[in-house]
Amino acid sequence: MRTPASTKIVPVTKRLSELRGKWAGWVLITLVIAYVALLIMAPLAALTINAFEKGAGAVFSSLGQPLALQAFWNTIWIALIVVLTHSIFGTIVAWVLVRHRFPGRDLIDGLVDMPFAVSAVVAGYMLLLLFGRNGLLAPLVEATGIRVAFAFPGMILATLFVTLPFMIRELIPVLEAFDIRQEKAAATLGASGWQTFWRVTFPALRWGMIYGVTLTFARALGEFGAVLVIGGAAQGRMMTTTLFIYHALEERQYIGAYSAALALGLLSLILVIGSDWLRRRGHQ
Amino acid sequence: MNTLLAGNPETKTTGTPLPWGRWGLRSVAISYLLVMLVIPLLVILQDGMREGLAELWRQVTLPIAWHALKLTLWTSAVMVVINTIMGTLTAFVLVRYEFPGKTVLNAIIDLPLAIPTLVTGVMLVVLFGPQEAVGAWLKDQFDFSIIFAPSGIIMALLFITFPFVVRSVQPVLLELDRTQENAAATLGAGGWTIFWRIILPPLALPILTGALLSFARAIGEFGSIVIVAGNIPLVSQTAAVYVFGEVESENRLGASAVSIVMVGIAFILMMAANYLRKWSRSGSEKEVE
Repeated sequence: MRTPASTKIVPVTKRLSELRGKWAGWVLITLVIAYVALLIMAPLAALTINAFEKGAGAVFSSLGQPLALQAFWNTIWIALIVVLTHSIFGTIVAWVLVRHRFPGRDLIDGLVDMPFAVSAVVAGYMLLLLFGRNGLLAPLVEATGIRVAFAFPGMILATLFVTLPFMIRELIPVLEAFDIRQEKAAATLGASGWQTFWRVTFPALRWGMIYGVTLTFARALGEFGAVLVIGGAAQGRMMTTTLFIYHALEERQYIGAYSAALALGLLSLILVIGSDWLRRRGHQ
Repeated sequence: MNTLLAGNPETKTTGTPLPWGRWGLRSVAISYLLVMLVIPLLVILQDGMREGLAELWRQVTLPIAWHALKLTLWTSAVMVVINTIMGTLTAFVLVRYEFPGKTVLNAIIDLPLAIPTLVTGVMLVVLFGPQEAVGAWLKDQFDFSIIFAPSGIIMALLFITFPFVVRSVQPVLLELDRTQENAAATLGAGGWTIFWRIILPPLALPILTGALLSFARAIGEFGSIVIVAGNIPLVSQTAAVYVFGEVESENRLGASAVSIVMVGIAFILMMAANYLRKWSRSGSEKEVE
C-alpha cells in the first residue's frame, strides 16, 4: 500500500540517517577513546612521569639496590615454579574436564574459576589457617621441618591458588575444538596413547598453552594480597617485588616504589603483548 | 561437528583403552583440585563455623565489618553499572567503526589484565593523590577527593574490570548477522530503535556474563584498594582490607566470618557466570545446527 510519494522519500531519509549515523559514530568513538585515555592511559602516564621525576639515574639506582634485586629474583622464581606446576597439572585438569564424563564434573568445572573471584587476601588466609602457627597442618609442618607460612613454600602455594584458572581456561576451548578423529587415526596407525598425545594432540594445544603460560606468569608476577598474608607483612621477611613496592610506599621511598611498580608493570605488559604477537604470527 | 564428536568421547575411544591410564589422569586432576582449591575453602568454612552460626553472624554484623561489606558491595555495584555501559559501548565501537588508532585501542583494553593490581593502585595514587597536581586541582576546584574515598575504590575497580564486559560482548557482536539491521533500516527504523530492538537483545547474555565477572572480581579486590583507599574503618575500608587487618591483629573469628561471606558471594557469582556462559554457548550451537 505504498504511495509513490513515500518511495521517493525513502532515499532522502536513508541518506539523512546515514549522515546522522556517521555523526553518532564519531561521538561514540570520541567518548570511548576519552574514557580509555582517562581511565587507563592517564594513570599509566602519571606513574611514568613521577618515576622519572629525578631522572633516569634515580630509577636505575633504586632498582639496582640489593633489596629490590633480591625481591625481583624471588618473584621470578615463584612465577617460574608456578608456571611449571600449572603447565603439568593444568593440562591434566583441562584434559579430564573436556574428555571425561563423570558425576560432579560440572561442579568441578565451576570450582576451577573460584580463585578468580576469591579475594587474594582470603586465599592467603586459608593457607595461614592450614600452615600457620595454630594451623590444622601445624603438626605436619613441625614433623617435616619445612616452614610453609612466612616462607617461600607458602608464597608458592598462595600464587598457585590465585593463578589456577588461567592455564585450564585457555586449554579447554582448544581441546574442545580439537578434532578427535586425528587421534583416532594415529591410534589406528598403531601409535600408543603417549605417542598420540605428544605427536598429535600436544602440537594443537601449543598456542593455548603459550597464552596460558603468559597469563599465569603475568598474574604470578603481580600477585600481592595472598603473598602479603602468607609471607607476613613484617619488614625483613621474604620479599617479592609487590611486597617491596608496598613497603617502599609505607616508608615513603616514592622513587623506589614507583620505579619498581613501573618495572613490574612493563615486564607483565611485554609478556602479554609479546605472546599476543606470537600467537597472531603463529595463526597466519 | 566437533562438539558432537566430543560429546561423549569415552564411549568412542577405541583402540587401546588403557583404563588405568584414564583413571590415573582423572584422580590426579581431582586430587590436584582438592588440594589446591577444595581443602583450603573448606578449612575457612570450618574455622568460621567453629563457634556456631550465631557467632558467625555476630562477627559479620559488627559495625566495622558490616560497613566494610556494604562498602564493598555498593562500590562494586556502581562500578558494574558504569563498566557495563562503557564496556558495551567500547565493544560496539571496536566492532562497528573504522578509525585511526583502532588496533592500539583494542590492545589497550587488555592492559588491565597484564598490570598487577598493586601497580594500578600506585598509578591512581600518583595521579589523584592529594599532593599530586591533578588530585590537588580536583580538591581545590570541586572539593572532590579520589584517594582515601569510595570514588577511588570505584576508579580502581573500573580500571581492573574494564576488559571483562568488552571481551565478553566483542565476539558476539562480531558474529551478529547484519541483515536484520539492514532490514529494519529499510523499514524505516531509526538508529536507536535498531540498537534497542535488534542489536541489544542478542547481546544481553554476554553483557550479563561480563557484568557478573566484573562484580565477582571486584568483591575480592585488595591490591589496588589498599593503596588507593587505605585502611580507614567505617570510611574506606573494604571487606578484603578488613580481613587483612583482622588477620594481622590475629582476630581469627572476625577474619574467617567475613571471609566466608566473601567466598559465598564469589561462589554464587561464579556459578551463575559459568551457567550463563554454557547456556549462551548451547544457544548459539543450536542456531548453527
